[in-house]
Amino acid sequence: MTFLVQQTLLFAIPLMIVALAGVFSERSGIINLALEGIMIMGAFVGVLSVRLLQSVPAFQEAARQLAEFNAGNIESSSAWLTLQGMEVLCMLIAAAAGAIFSLLLSYASINLKADQTIGGTALNLLAPAISLFLIRIIVNQNTMGMEGGAGGASWFLIRKTFFGYDSNADLGFLGSTFLDKTYLATYLTIIVFVLMSIFLYKTRFGLRLRSCGENPQAAASLGINVFKMRYAGVTISGALAGMGGFVYALTTQGCTTNGDVAGFGFLALAVMIFGNWKPLNIALGALLFGLFKCIAASYSTLDINGDGRFFLSEIGVSSYIYRLLPYVITLIVLALTSKSSRAPKAEGIPYDKGMR
Amino acid sequence: MNKSPLLQRAGTQKLIASVLSIVIGLFFGSILVLIVGLATSDIGAKGAWDGIRLIFIGLFSKSRDASGNLVFGMNTTNVGNMLFRATPLIMTGLSVAISQKTGLFNIGAPGQYLMGTMATLMIALSIPSTSVPPFLIWILAFLGGCIAGALWGAIPGMLKAFLNINEVIACIMTNWIAANLVTWLFDIASFSTIKGSFYCQTKWKIADGTFKNLIENTKSGYVYKTTWNNVATPKLGLDKVFPGSQVNAGILIAILIAIVVFIIINKTTFGFQLKACGSNRHAARYAGIKDRANIIYSMAIAGALAAAGAALYYLSGNTEFNWHTDQTLPAIGFNGIPVALLAVNNPVGVIFSGTFMAMLNIIGTQLTKFTAYNEYITDVIIAAIVYLSAFSLVIRSLISGRKKKVAVVNDANAEKNPVTPTEAKTEKGGAQA
Repeated sequence: MTFLVQQTLLFAIPLMIVALAGVFSERSGIINLALEGIMIMGAFVGVLSVRLLQSVPAFQEAARQLAEFNAGNIESSSAWLTLQGMEVLCMLIAAAAGAIFSLLLSYASINLKADQTIGGTALNLLAPAISLFLIRIIVNQNTMGMEGGAGGASWFLIRKTFFGYDSNADLGFLGSTFLDKTYLATYLTIIVFVLMSIFLYKTRFGLRLRSCGENPQAAASLGINVFKMRYAGVTISGALAGMGGFVYALTTQGCTTNGDVAGFGFLALAVMIFGNWKPLNIALGALLFGLFKCIAASYSTLDINGDGRFFLSEIGVSSYIYRLLPYVITLIVLALTSKSSRAPKAEGIPYDKGMR
Repeated sequence: MNKSPLLQRAGTQKLIASVLSIVIGLFFGSILVLIVGLATSDIGAKGAWDGIRLIFIGLFSKSRDASGNLVFGMNTTNVGNMLFRATPLIMTGLSVAISQKTGLFNIGAPGQYLMGTMATLMIALSIPSTSVPPFLIWILAFLGGCIAGALWGAIPGMLKAFLNINEVIACIMTNWIAANLVTWLFDIASFSTIKGSFYCQTKWKIADGTFKNLIENTKSGYVYKTTWNNVATPKLGLDKVFPGSQVNAGILIAILIAIVVFIIINKTTFGFQLKACGSNRHAARYAGIKDRANIIYSMAIAGALAAAGAALYYLSGNTEFNWHTDQTLPAIGFNGIPVALLAVNNPVGVIFSGTFMAMLNIIGTQLTKFTAYNEYITDVIIAAIVYLSAFSLVIRSLISGRKKKVAVVNDANAEKNPVTPTEAKTEKGGAQA
């Protein structure tokens, strides 16, 4: 059960934040089909910054101390805190990369009033191309990990021993699920998700942003700068998606990137629609879809109630069914709610002052 | 409009805009190559210069001579392979183009392509060539692939027509469903108890009758080539013209289909109805055109075309299919989008833009072969071209200079907007006043 919850969270958290990224963009009136591409960019830049920061002496020393600590050679060490700081730094860099990359979409769709779908598609093509091109140049293979074969886990994974527990101590269900062998990135992302949701719904800025996605002409008549608001929406979207991309690469791929996030960006789009463009529903949808992803990834060795039997593998349903279910469910939900869909009214329509 | 000067014609401007996109895309790629070359010590200026030359004329690169300089000249292998790889690109390009004519953005070509691949390969490998003539199997497999693609394409079409669900979202969902479905079905056919569905007595007898290639077992997860069942597209002497390449009659079939699509779109009532639905669905319905049916037809045809591309590619007999597609969608499907965009959705133009994209593909392999760069630089170029064509309207208005407003409005008028130029102007003026 611990394993199931932990794995589900690992998959659900990036989905959640990227889906929220989609909300920010679409609520401001721009269809962000480029979520996948921005995630790939964030993952690439994030992992690259980890690689570059690895050679900083302070971090190297911290990693060495942590290894000593994990091996039991030293009693206590705060080296892990330094490395968590490095992780946060890389998350910020990935977010910045996503935000900058998303400017390409804003420029095409806001300033030049180009087709947002095609612009998004272009970004989806560009991100894997550029990252793979550079990955191949940097490491001469298609997957780039950390320097010297180190894994993300050995640097950034939080263990219970950090908090003074013995390595054999039993922390109970909650402790072993949410404290031991977790990533700080997961919790930070949840906090960011909550804060950004409040930001979107409870602040003046958020209200203005949402109004631009519903009726930009009315918003403009009240003195709101629709261009700026849409730029803000897409840029926030880019930052969140870029961060989500790095979190995905760090927590589920062991801090490696290969110019691909296995359709996670599109799945996040599905989560966003499934959640009807509302943060709380999105969080639930992300957990559900994360569960499916988790089952698909590890169903043959999943022991849900701890009786030593692999229930799901005994049913004999292929993992591909679990993989495609989220998409089927999304289509069904779309079909059922098509009459009452709450998609932002002005999404996809370039803002034209003269139109009303 | 035909009487206006050459530079002001819509067709000319579209052509110039496309060529301009290509040139800017190529230069963008070159700049990237130059920066990376100068920043990387083991590539240097000379390596960067080689890379840039390959980006522009890589199709005609042959080898490196003894002193390490690139040798250029006619390379029949490259040209033949270009035509071979252009075949599926032309088809997926047509697929995207015909849906665009109906105002739909078919981003579902990868899924349709995969479904076509599956149906084609399963049919081509299941019917024993000892009892059925191979050319008949070829036709059955081709048609089967098309039907599978048409059915798959019809799903987002129906969702759009009856429930008004955005076809882009529906297409993305069906893409990933197809990716997993194909892997799953091939898994079943390869490992489960359904055996004996596929056998071939001519060359070898396989133990458990599956699609999984067990003969060349150095690779895993590949389906048998169709040549194991003696099914392959005829070469028609093209392999003599381009020795050493994979080219076959598939390219001729693709060109033929493109011309047929051109005639359907431009010269038939059906084509007119499709375009009418694309221009204004409600106006079309008012005029007595069945808009829902036309949307479904359009997506079904688009699906069939993408699937036909897959059929032509895999029936060539010298290509292998790795059925573990659950993590990545086929790039050929997505590349149909730039092909159609570059051709401005003109079916005949698709032939040329598809060939151009195939040439970029060849250039990519040449770059990997001869320099420290790799084939992904051509994907960067393609992405840049797509990005530029997103605002080709702006480029077109730049070309026509001062008269841009009228031209653009006229152009948009001819294509999409039922608004007349004067109306558009007064509306703008009214808002400013």
